[in-house]
Amino acid sequence: MDTLTPAAGMRVRNLWRRSIFFVIGIFFLVPILAMAEFSTRGNDDTRTLESWKAIPSAPNLMESIFTSVQLAVIVMAGVVFVLVPTMIWVHLQLPHLKRALEAICLLPLTIPAIVLVVGIAPIYRSMYGVFGSSPLTLGFVYLVLVLPYSHRAISAALESVDVNTIAEASRTLGASSIRMIAGIVVPNIKVGIMSGAVISIALVLGEFTVSNLLNFETMQVVINLLGKRDGAISVAVSLAALIFAFVLISFLPTSNKVGNEVAEKEASTG
Amino acid sequence: MTNESITQSPSDGFAVRLVALQKSFGSVRALDSLSIDIADGEMVALLGPSGCGKTTALRALAGLQQIESGQIIVHGNDVTNQSANKRQMGMVFQSYSLFPHMSAQDNVEYGLKLRSRRLPKTERSKKAGEFLELVGLASHAEHFPHQLSGGQQQRIALARALAISPRVLLLDEPLSALDAKVRSQLRDEIRRIQIELGTTTLFVTHDQEEALSIADRVGVMREGSLQQLAKPEELYYRPETAYVAEFVGLTNAIPGEVQAGKVSILNQQIDTLPGSITSGNGLALVRTESLHVIPNTSGESKVLVFSFLGSNCRVQVQLPNGSTVIAQVSNELVSSLSPGSLVDVKVASNAVFVK
Repeated sequence: MDTLTPAAGMRVRNLWRRSIFFVIGIFFLVPILAMAEFSTRGNDDTRTLESWKAIPSAPNLMESIFTSVQLAVIVMAGVVFVLVPTMIWVHLQLPHLKRALEAICLLPLTIPAIVLVVGIAPIYRSMYGVFGSSPLTLGFVYLVLVLPYSHRAISAALESVDVNTIAEASRTLGASSIRMIAGIVVPNIKVGIMSGAVISIALVLGEFTVSNLLNFETMQVVINLLGKRDGAISVAVSLAALIFAFVLISFLPTSNKVGNEVAEKEASTG
Repeated sequence: MTNESITQSPSDGFAVRLVALQKSFGSVRALDSLSIDIADGEMVALLGPSGCGKTTALRALAGLQQIESGQIIVHGNDVTNQSANKRQMGMVFQSYSLFPHMSAQDNVEYGLKLRSRRLPKTERSKKAGEFLELVGLASHAEHFPHQLSGGQQQRIALARALAISPRVLLLDEPLSALDAKVRSQLRDEIRRIQIELGTTTLFVTHDQEEALSIADRVGVMREGSLQQLAKPEELYYRPETAYVAEFVGLTNAIPGEVQAGKVSILNQQIDTLPGSITSGNGLALVRTESLHVIPNTSGESKVLVFSFLGSNCRVQVQLPNGSTVIAQVSNELVSSLSPGSLVDVKVASNAVFVK
């Protein structure tokens, strides 16, 4: 490599990057294309959209999709209105608790879903009296499940700006605590909040183990049941869900943008 | 803020009175019964090494730092328990504190928006424009912080702090992140603007040149309390404690015997400053520029090294008794000296502090 000119080195690196991108692209695309192929397979090598058309009439499917979407909204609201204010508060007022909060939020990652369910089942039994047996009560456990991912996204955003200084600056300029958080802190960690929210939506839409073990009919549970009866429909729904998640994630403001701004700032202050 | 507290704490014509402020962080005393009075329109600089409590004092005045005991009085009102957003203090921070998601103009308008809600939008933006003008950045109104240099960001931060017509302007080492040239430019500009607007100002810095050049009075702090608060010249020429004498300026400690208000050093009798020891052997704290180096081929002292400082030179000289001192000399004189040259060393007649 050291005999190459810089331009040639760049070309080699680009080629290398493209190959990696290509290989990974294949790795992800093949199963998706296979799903599309399988879900549109008709008799005698024909193409048909029968399975896709059958989605609305499949038993329990539409209800379960609606449940999952509601759950996604509940969890997202939990992230935005519980986790975000908590994290901002800890960051500004109780920085010594930052590590503890991080440890707690990462915990769900280290506990296997089955263990979590065994622990949570008795709590759910006692909750029936208060919240009933609606599948929406899954929102509680899902909010716990998304903590590691949302926490990561939000905490990265909080660390990327000098939140303490801008918060204090806004205080001295006359902002109340609420105005300070809503008008100054939140706009500057918006990217992290959105990532955290969208990641939780994707996670909730794809969750199977916990809801299945707790006997709630969410989208993935129904897809699984359906798959046992009619593979093509279940694959069609899975693919639709996957595409929905991709669309959601494509709305994510990339963390790259923040990185660029920081880099620009560093370059300009030299 | 009640009338009662006003009568209890007369302002005595001072814009700011810090009365016996007390604050500890764990076992560290950040403020140890600190009292400072600042006159209306005056600029006071607090000078000291890091950890001396100067920033804590400023933050206490801003309302960003709770204190354990003591009283903070601003224009006759006790604000000790008032929250930061009610105190109307304009603050410029050491680290860049502009709101990254707002343009320079919006940053300056932010405080106006919160403080004077009745002000129409056009008035507000006009006023913000005036302050951008004042700091010389009217042409950068639409720029975002990441498009501005460090010096420009601090100027905008200054405009933002001044736009709310603060009762006190608080400057927390606003220049320390900037390079030397920008730093001295902005320093002079801060002073010009401060005098122009007549804003009472508390300036915190660890840079003594900055403090001495900009402030009406400079307070030297050590371990949470004030060592001396005086005009820059007075602080420099008439230090009241050994700490101040050694901390401000570059000082030689020359052993000598004190008798009847005079100390004998380098075969001369020099007056001692009040606060010095009154008898026995001590160390006279002599400024580098108070030592005169006179070339003399039969002199008893010897030049060791030079360091060229641009406008003058620093020379290290070995005295007859073997100890070394540092003297500040002119460049012309240095040209006639070389390491090993024999010289005489004399002390200027101004009084010195002896510890």
